[in-house]
Amino acid sequence: MFEVQVQTEDFCVQEVLDGLLRHAPGVGAVTHFIGIVREQDATGPILEMHLEHYPAMSRKALGQILDEAQERWPIRAAVVIHRVGSLKPGEQIVLVAVATDHRGDGFAACEYLMDQLKTRAPFWKKETTPGGARWVQARQSDERAAARWDS
Amino acid sequence: MKVLFFAQVREALGHSVLDVDLPEDVRTVDALVRYCVAAFGEQWGHVLDERRVLVAVNQEIVNYLAPISNADEVAFFPPVTGG
Repeated sequence: MFEVQVQTEDFCVQEVLDGLLRHAPGVGAVTHFIGIVREQDATGPILEMHLEHYPAMSRKALGQILDEAQERWPIRAAVVIHRVGSLKPGEQIVLVAVATDHRGDGFAACEYLMDQLKTRAPFWKKETTPGGARWVQARQSDERAAARWDS
Repeated sequence: MKVLFFAQVREALGHSVLDVDLPEDVRTVDALVRYCVAAFGEQWGHVLDERRVLVAVNQEIVNYLAPISNADEVAFFPPVTGG
C-alpha cells in the first residue's frame, strides 16, 4: 500500500499505522513523523493557520516524492497525509509513515519525504496572529535540507 | 491556456485564474510573462520575477525557459511552505 491523501479532515495516526501493518505483515519497523500547528512563533502567538494548495498538483507532487523514496529505500508500505484549510494551534497538519524491514531505512525515508515535501509540494501557510494575517516565508534551511539528498 | 496563481502571487495580482489565448510567438514561460506585462502592466513583471516565484507547467515545476502551448496549464506561485 502506497497512499497519498490531501484532505481537510483530521486523521487518526493509530489507524494509519495499523493499516500499514496490515499491508506489510512481518515488517520490522514502522517509522512516522507528524507535523503540528505551532502555538507561537518568534513574534508571538498564532491564533489560526490556513493551508492553501494547488489541488491539481498537490497530490501528484506528493505521489512523485513517494515514488522517489521507494526507489531509494526498500519500503514495504507508506502513507502521506497533508491537510488543507483552516487549522488551530495543536492540530495535526501532516503525517508521513513508512513500513520497512529495518529502522535505518525508515528514518531516512521519513526524513527524505518531509524534506522534499517542504520544498516541492504546492502548499502555502498563512498564519493569523493578534497583529493580523501573514504568509509564512519559505526557509533557506528547508532548501538546504532538501538539497543534501542530491549528492 | 489556463494560467493559475496561488498564495501571495494570487493576492498581489488580484487573480486566481486567467484564460489566455496564446499568440503564436509566445512559446515559453518567459514569453508568457512578457506578454502579461504588456497586457496588464509593469507590476506583473515584478510579481512574476523568476527569482521570487516558482512556475509549474501541467503540474510539474519547470524554469522560465520551458516551452508552453495553448493546451497547457501554467501556474505561478511563491516558494512552498507546507509540512
